[in-house]
Amino acid sequence: MPPQTTLKRTPFHSYHRAGGGKLIEFAGFEMPVRYTGDVEEHLRVRRGVGLFDISHMGEFDVRGPGAVEFLDSMVTNHVAAVEIGQALYTPMCRPDGGIVDDLLIYRSDDHFMLVVNASNIAKDFQWLREHCPPEIRLTDRSDATALLAVQGPRAPDVLRGHVPDQALELASYRFLHGPLFGAPALISRTGYTGEDGFELYFDPAHAAVVWEGLVRAGGSAGLQPVGLGARDTLRLEMAYMLYGHDIDESTTPLEAGLGWTVKLEKGDFIGRDALVRQKQQGPTRKLVGLEVEGRRVLRHGMIAEVEGRSMGRVTSGSFSPSLGRPIGMAYVESSLARVGRALVVRSGARAFPATVVKRPFYTQGSKRS
Amino acid sequence: MVYPDDVRYTAEHEWARLEGGVVTVGITSYATDQLGDVVFVELPEVGRKVEAAKTFGVVEAVKTVSDLFAPLGGEVVEVNTALADNPALVNQEPFGEGWMIRLRPTVPADYQKLLSSVDYERLVEAQHA
Repeated sequence: MPPQTTLKRTPFHSYHRAGGGKLIEFAGFEMPVRYTGDVEEHLRVRRGVGLFDISHMGEFDVRGPGAVEFLDSMVTNHVAAVEIGQALYTPMCRPDGGIVDDLLIYRSDDHFMLVVNASNIAKDFQWLREHCPPEIRLTDRSDATALLAVQGPRAPDVLRGHVPDQALELASYRFLHGPLFGAPALISRTGYTGEDGFELYFDPAHAAVVWEGLVRAGGSAGLQPVGLGARDTLRLEMAYMLYGHDIDESTTPLEAGLGWTVKLEKGDFIGRDALVRQKQQGPTRKLVGLEVEGRRVLRHGMIAEVEGRSMGRVTSGSFSPSLGRPIGMAYVESSLARVGRALVVRSGARAFPATVVKRPFYTQGSKRS
Repeated sequence: MVYPDDVRYTAEHEWARLEGGVVTVGITSYATDQLGDVVFVELPEVGRKVEAAKTFGVVEAVKTVSDLFAPLGGEVVEVNTALADNPALVNQEPFGEGWMIRLRPTVPADYQKLLSSVDYERLVEAQHA
């Protein structure tokens, strides 16, 4: 770990410290990995509600004439089809189809907000700026944006009375601008857990009012802060992508099973030719869900094998608190990407039997469709 | 954090307690704090010989995995079978019910060469500096 002085802190750092959060380095930030325990925090979100500080994520503003066309030339999903008040999940690709990042694009009436992975803020901003026509104004607002996620079936109970009533009626991937404990905020029905919930963007100047307000309002619903550890197991149970693990510049959206976010008919965009070709030929490898027998846990970097031949690599692996067994994802040769296919996962000298299973692993979430 | 002084320690965060010629082995509260929730502990069979500083098992937590290193060489005379059904004991009582194996050391005098609680606390602090 680099010296702590070099790590960035979110506006909620003092609450993590005071709340007993175990702090680790993540993407250059000092972030809470857990408070009480990974399993307890995970199940709290599945059954009740949890509060996540995800202010490490990056936010860019894009505005100006032609912003729609610019963004549609940069990402694989269809920005022009997004309505005002709607958010879009999309990969952003290189010319060879490799994924620069996966992001959310929020469309407001006069601008777009892009939400990018913390580890990719500098890279994404540079990439966008290189391709940005002069009439587009691209601004990095990451340091000027606080971001909290309230996730779990009881999330609406926490916010009721502290946000406009319409916010509680938002459908999935819809958002509005409105007061949050009196502070101006973007209130979004999105998340990374598979549960109902909200992501709340606001000026760090209001960090104390919002954090303390949420903790107070959430008391009767059992709201507690949740660390990045549970955030990772929650997203993995849903088979959501983690950049740098399941996707990166060497993998394409088609290989990752993100074909639903690739709109080849929308017009040209960076990576389109490569993705058209790959779609015609069929990807040679695909990301699949895996379960193993026994209780040894799948981990990032383990090798997937068939008859002693390497067939790919585990990208994410963990014990699943909801299912009580190990789960993981791996890229394997396309011929193996069939539910029920048996293979072997190797870690050093050890090997354990694994089976390709359907994604998501967890299907009981409260997330609105 | 306080480390009990009736046990001795390794730099790999195991502890050892010598009683009646048998050494009980577990991992420290510092180790469980680093690992998070333990979900599985793989232990050797009774009768197996383990070598000092060599791995004798594996502890799987939700987020991470770690090898277990024997503080002393010897023969395994008992394993904590309670951990099979309740691995969370390792988190709840790392120095007590969360113990892992008991072994009869080949060279009992080596026990005195392990770290004292003061030395171990210093080592943990140094790793945090």
